[in-house]
Amino acid sequence: MDKLLQQIVNGITLGSIYALIALGYTMVYGIIKLINFAHCDIYMIGAYVGYFCMTYFKLGLVPSLLIAMLVCSLLGVLIERIAYRPLRNAARISVLITAIGVSLFLEYGTMFFVKANVRTYPEVTGMMAQRFNVGEMVISMQQIILVGITILLMALLQFIVKRTRLGKAMRAVSMDRDAAQLMGIDVNSTVSFTFALGSALAGAAGILVGLYYNTINPLMGVVPGLKAFIAAVFGGIGIIPGAMIGGYFIGAVEVMVSGYGGSMFRDAVVFGILILILIIKPSGLLGKNTREKV
Amino acid sequence: MPILSVERVTKAFGGLAAVSNVSLDIIEGELVGLIGPNGAGKTTLFNLLTGIYVPDSGTINLSIDKQVIPLNGIRPHSICQKGLARTFQNIRLFKDLTVLENVLIAMNQNINYGLLTSFLHLPAYKREEEKLLHESIELLRIFDLDKKKDELARNLSYGEQRHLEIIRALATNPKLLLLDEPAAGMNPAETANLMDIIGWIREKFDLTILLIEHDMTLVMNICERIYVLDHGMLIASGTPDEVRTNKRVIEAYLGEDINNA
Repeated sequence: MDKLLQQIVNGITLGSIYALIALGYTMVYGIIKLINFAHCDIYMIGAYVGYFCMTYFKLGLVPSLLIAMLVCSLLGVLIERIAYRPLRNAARISVLITAIGVSLFLEYGTMFFVKANVRTYPEVTGMMAQRFNVGEMVISMQQIILVGITILLMALLQFIVKRTRLGKAMRAVSMDRDAAQLMGIDVNSTVSFTFALGSALAGAAGILVGLYYNTINPLMGVVPGLKAFIAAVFGGIGIIPGAMIGGYFIGAVEVMVSGYGGSMFRDAVVFGILILILIIKPSGLLGKNTREKV
Repeated sequence: MPILSVERVTKAFGGLAAVSNVSLDIIEGELVGLIGPNGAGKTTLFNLLTGIYVPDSGTINLSIDKQVIPLNGIRPHSICQKGLARTFQNIRLFKDLTVLENVLIAMNQNINYGLLTSFLHLPAYKREEEKLLHESIELLRIFDLDKKKDELARNLSYGEQRHLEIIRALATNPKLLLLDEPAAGMNPAETANLMDIIGWIREKFDLTILLIEHDMTLVMNICERIYVLDHGMLIASGTPDEVRTNKRVIEAYLGEDINNA
């Protein structure tokens, strides 16, 4: 029983990371119907920005987090502006291939500048290193901070999307781009804003992962990126609460499988889930089945 | 003084000229009809006016408050902000938003507060939001949609969706309103009601209206002037009576008897 509870705590921690990354996938898909494969590398860049802030500039967690989010959102906007916007009206497959190209460019570009070796985040000390024993369970301060920041960011995102003018514009553009621009909504700046939001969340996920697992490398985004993508599909791609639910679900599944002796299979199980969703309910948990009217 | 003047505008797709060499003027306060057989280029002309397409040649000028604004090459959202709004032939509401949200989104451009104000819930935010809410409900009242403000747009009946499109266009605070087949799919009683309301909103909001319509009763009854397009070219223009007796118009409509309208 205690083992189960411990696994649930670990699952929530890992799920938070997947949820943060999945939100970026789902928002970008919602607004321009593009699976942005470069998104997982923005997460990696976020981890590196956090690393440099903490090791070389000796900044604390909060300023490093904010800087990483800012750098990542600028990077996201820049990528959209340079690589995706010129292809806005091109076939979707062209944009998808471009996204893979951008992803490889970021991975190997980063490798060129920071070398391929694994780097370790500074050791956490003091309050951050605390651990709490609840019965047989161990909850670390890092886990609490990680989950806390994730929940705070998700609440903020919900507020922006539901309550602000830009959030309303985002929803309008995702439903009908042409009608939205004819109602006076600037589509380009709305898309830029969406990339900025999604990338900021990925940047936050990157620095939080760095703190939690300690090690980072230029290809660290690939596998979590794919899993977050599965999380987005599981929840229903394009649907923001779906990405959150999907993130926690995939996190929990992965931790449970490895916790009960199947750590060799954990990736296979997660990718198996993707296959099952695509067969049983391709529109995802919260997605609506759209029927073609004849 | 013309609020909209279109001069020798041409737009071709591949080798086909969808609109060729069309010139027309619309005077402030007028209610003008644009008719023509299917495929004549009416909707293409609307798309040129609203910036969805850029003309291959020719100029489009909008004059608002004695200021002449060339519309060539301006992006659709800024054309809308300059005071030109439209509805669509095939309904394009934001179907998964509520009736009220559809109207509020169109009012977005009139908001006077920034992101920070809305984050902090400053008094300016509340004041603006309340003002917009009030104005939206006033607009919804025009077509008795205020009672359905919290329903999803997709659940409205067909006629109501058409009405909501008009309200949403009005919410952008236009000077010139383009209506693309506002009476499509309506029965004669609904059309008669729509005619009254179009006349009424023109007075109330001080609008100039250009409408595309196949329902000849509507066009002949409420339009002061009519332009007729066929195969992308302007073949006639004038008062309803002049157009009704024009030989080329009758030929273009071959089989459709507009005299009985």
